[in-house]
Amino acid sequence: MCRTPPYKPPWWLPGALSVLAVVALVGLPLLALVNEASNIELLDTISDPYHQRVINFSLYQAVLSTLFSVVLATPLAVALSREPRFKGRDLLINLFSLSLVIPTIVAIVGIVSVFGQAGLVNHWLQTLGLPSFSIYGLHGILLAHVFFNTPLAARVLLQSLENIPQEQWRLAAQLGLPSNSRWRFIEWPAIRPQLVGIAILIFALCFTSFTIVMTLGGGPRATTIEVAIYQALRFDFDINTAVALALIQLALCSLIMIATHSFGMQTSQGLSEIKLNPSTHYSSSHCLNGLIIGIAALFLITPLASLVVKAFNPATLTVIAHSKTLSALTNSVVVALTAGALAVSMGIGLQLSARHLRLRLNKRSSGKAIQLAGNIILVIPPVVLGTGLFILLRPFADVFALALALVIAINSLMALPFVLRILEGPVLQAAQRHDRLIQSLGIHGLPRWRLLDWPHLKKPIGYSMAIASTLAAGDLSAIALFGSERITTLPLLLYQRMGSYRHYEALTTAVLLLLLCLALFFVLQRVIGGKPDA
Amino acid sequence: MLELKALRFSYGEDDYQFDLSIDAHSTTAIMGKSGSGKSTLLNLIAGFLKPSSGNIQWQKSSLLTLPAQRRPITTLFQQHNLFPHLTIHQNLALGINPSLKLSKEQEQQLTNSLDAVGMTGMDGQSAHTLSGGEQQRVALARCLLRQKPILLMDEPFSALDEATRESMQALTRETIKNNKLCAIIVTHSHNDAVALDASTCTLVDGRLSSLI
Amino acid sequence: MIINRHVKKSPKLSRSFSVLIALGVTLLVGNSAAAAQDKTLTVYTYESFTSEWGPGPIVKKAFEAQCDCTLQFVPLDSSAGILSRVQLEGKNTKADIVLGLDTNLMAVAEDTGLLAKSNVDTSAVKLPIEWTSDVFVPFDYGYFAFVYDTEAITSPPSSLDELVNAPDDLKIIIQDPRTSTPGLGLLLWVKSVYGDKAADVWKKLQPKILTVTKGWSEAYFSLFLNGEAPMVLSYSTSPGYHMAIDKTDRYQAAAFSEGHYLQVEIAALLESSSNKTLGREFLQFILSKEFQTALPLTNVMYPSTDIGNDLPAEFNKLIQPKSVLLLDSAEIRDNRKEWLSEWLDVSSQ
Repeated sequence: MCRTPPYKPPWWLPGALSVLAVVALVGLPLLALVNEASNIELLDTISDPYHQRVINFSLYQAVLSTLFSVVLATPLAVALSREPRFKGRDLLINLFSLSLVIPTIVAIVGIVSVFGQAGLVNHWLQTLGLPSFSIYGLHGILLAHVFFNTPLAARVLLQSLENIPQEQWRLAAQLGLPSNSRWRFIEWPAIRPQLVGIAILIFALCFTSFTIVMTLGGGPRATTIEVAIYQALRFDFDINTAVALALIQLALCSLIMIATHSFGMQTSQGLSEIKLNPSTHYSSSHCLNGLIIGIAALFLITPLASLVVKAFNPATLTVIAHSKTLSALTNSVVVALTAGALAVSMGIGLQLSARHLRLRLNKRSSGKAIQLAGNIILVIPPVVLGTGLFILLRPFADVFALALALVIAINSLMALPFVLRILEGPVLQAAQRHDRLIQSLGIHGLPRWRLLDWPHLKKPIGYSMAIASTLAAGDLSAIALFGSERITTLPLLLYQRMGSYRHYEALTTAVLLLLLCLALFFVLQRVIGGKPDA
Repeated sequence: MLELKALRFSYGEDDYQFDLSIDAHSTTAIMGKSGSGKSTLLNLIAGFLKPSSGNIQWQKSSLLTLPAQRRPITTLFQQHNLFPHLTIHQNLALGINPSLKLSKEQEQQLTNSLDAVGMTGMDGQSAHTLSGGEQQRVALARCLLRQKPILLMDEPFSALDEATRESMQALTRETIKNNKLCAIIVTHSHNDAVALDASTCTLVDGRLSSLI
Repeated sequence: MIINRHVKKSPKLSRSFSVLIALGVTLLVGNSAAAAQDKTLTVYTYESFTSEWGPGPIVKKAFEAQCDCTLQFVPLDSSAGILSRVQLEGKNTKADIVLGLDTNLMAVAEDTGLLAKSNVDTSAVKLPIEWTSDVFVPFDYGYFAFVYDTEAITSPPSSLDELVNAPDDLKIIIQDPRTSTPGLGLLLWVKSVYGDKAADVWKKLQPKILTVTKGWSEAYFSLFLNGEAPMVLSYSTSPGYHMAIDKTDRYQAAAFSEGHYLQVEIAALLESSSNKTLGREFLQFILSKEFQTALPLTNVMYPSTDIGNDLPAEFNKLIQPKSVLLLDSAEIRDNRKEWLSEWLDVSSQ
């Protein structure tokens, strides 16, 4: 009956490995940047009038994007909350969080196909004899930012509107409050505390937005710091400027991140499951609400619909069968799965050790600190991280040959905060209920994981793997820095096809990428997480 | 006289039918387990839910065609009776005029109602600074201000601690008596019914079974 | 201030860093670099050179017939990008040859120290300027010019000045001087005509610029030929292609009285190349008749040697610049950053 006890890895091992990986992938490039900074004229770069304009433009477009998004999201959220029951309401609200699954560049292709030179909108403007609308430049950047962030804001605001107790609506009905009084006394007070937080979050997202500015801006008149770093590196081979701008960006992002945190917002906010709890409002001005919801739905759905419809053209098969497309597709799958697996492994490692610290050692703050290590990446935009990696590795290797490895590393880090957020609750819950029992039975190590943690965690792990892989599959920023004709991924290929105005090829590539992301998102959840609960 | 005649409400699997008549100046307590349809009954009377058939009459005229705000009804909920970010004065004024513009006379009524619930001079305070009992007092004051003959109460005391509950019960009983209201209270506590001198009926399986 | 403090620590930091990283990279890359030692000559060039209708396929076939090797063209997305790419890759670059830089970038490129002497006999070279470089081999040349669509414009501007002062509804498409050699060419054209007043001229041009593209082919093929704008920055030779192949006079170059700026396109061997002999063989091949005669109708430029009657007759109908403008490449090297910032500054307003 003598058995050797199963190997018991120390509790700190998974966390330590993950922290080590994060520190190596973030710390070393940052050190390289700072190290390089000693050789550059930081002040010269800042005082250069063009760079000042770039910094100003980054702030300016982010402020405008935030303003528009929040101002438009407010009536949308109110209209949705006032119309608690209509067909397709849940679907529409779910669509609001779809920007997580749909790669930015895919949506942009859709937006261009509707609002671009040859799109529907300009066609109408032309028939009406109005001047055409240019999607390139500030207009387009704002439009795309509004497209992505209005739904995000509307979701958060709708949540707080739906948290208003039912009694208040009944009271309002009994008191006969008209629509404007309801807004003034009930809805506005519920929304107001959220506004600053959501505004800062959107500001942060728009300030560091890369893909949208790359594709719709990028000319000297519409360049943000993020894109200017890329251009300095890839256009001019101007390491000094790239490093100087990266440091500026790092400083500004840290400030923004501190602000975001002080208002309790997170970039991964879009993930928080929205608990729909619509209240009956006993009001009757359905027309206006319907109009607002209709316009919003149209604005969100048309670009995607147009994309899908136009993707099927005589060139479709040729484009898909093209060797470049196929190799990009293969690379994208590799990047998505590897980056996803890496992110999830790091995430599990961090959470398991954090749990041990919290539950067994009763050190809440150290547990939090471990998780913070994974969230540190939120301060560092991918292009800055990429620049650091670039400078770090260039003396030793052909960076372009390492493209895939670098893209995987950067994307796994970018996805880590999302993974941590998804896993935090379940990992803790998996233990809280039975930890004493588990301790008294002496179950630990792999058996504990296999018998007790895994069954409880496979769904959230499947979900986080799906999210991480989908994000990685759609990312342009890392591959833009390291990609070349030798190694491309679908987003880069799509960007190049857009850049050379090959519309039909771009449309088909976009739909291919969209399908890949949807497949990753649903298949990974199913394969890892098992059948959905009935 | 408030009369519910074969008032039916179906929602999903639930099917309720109510027959009831209550004197204009009386207090009735409706008892029953949770899910028995107590709140549904109040919501039907107040106009928050639409019945599938039957009728509700007050002094021989039907209420069904009237929207909630035009019915001769005021409601005291278990909680969330006040808008937390508004002052007590604003919360009360809303009971008179949604635009908060009050005449001198109405201002006086407002002050009187606060006096009546023992909250004299607190009208400048923000509602969210009040204790649960104080909030219910202000809510009751607003019910008075609205001068509606029917007062519906949905578990109005169950969120209060014992001492507060007793004084609130006494205040409510006096208020109903002094204003000659037709009061209906939904509760799961026998103590509430006794404290309000209410006649009691019980809801079982969506049917009002007995008048004790 | 903080940054200065790091200066003192850096040597130590860098060294331990280096060991670590070198170790990691060796593991990652393995011996793949060493394995690629067969006889393949890798040439970085711009995209249109390698396209089906470009000179690439013809050159590849002709050179491979004589060298017993594989000639691999790697198309990069822009011409000036060829230089930044080999700079980014440094000594680890896979390229043996860069083909497609121009006279304007000569000094900049030489300064990187990445290029080797060509050892090519350039006596056959026949250009509007004398050729003295022992590093670069010129393969073709042309003059920058604005090409216009005669169906959209009947009387094109007859000078740079007229273009600058034209009404703002005349739309032009230009290329980014940071990424494209024609873009840089226009920058220098304006500089050589207007000198210190260049910034003001760019300010006046701004409203007329429909868009600034990354490379020449997007501007010319995707936008101009699709009718997005009536005028595009290209070459005086571009109409030669339309006349010879498309048999149409529709697209013409506008002759400017100030003269036209010259571009000589060049190739060079990389110092890091492990195929230097083969590389030099290719550089010499550039001046051969086979290579040179392919250029006029594929790369649509003048060949850099005299090919006599092999020059298509249509090329004699092209505009001839009154004077040839060219700035000294060392002067460009010393001022390029400043001029680029000046352009960026004006263009971003």
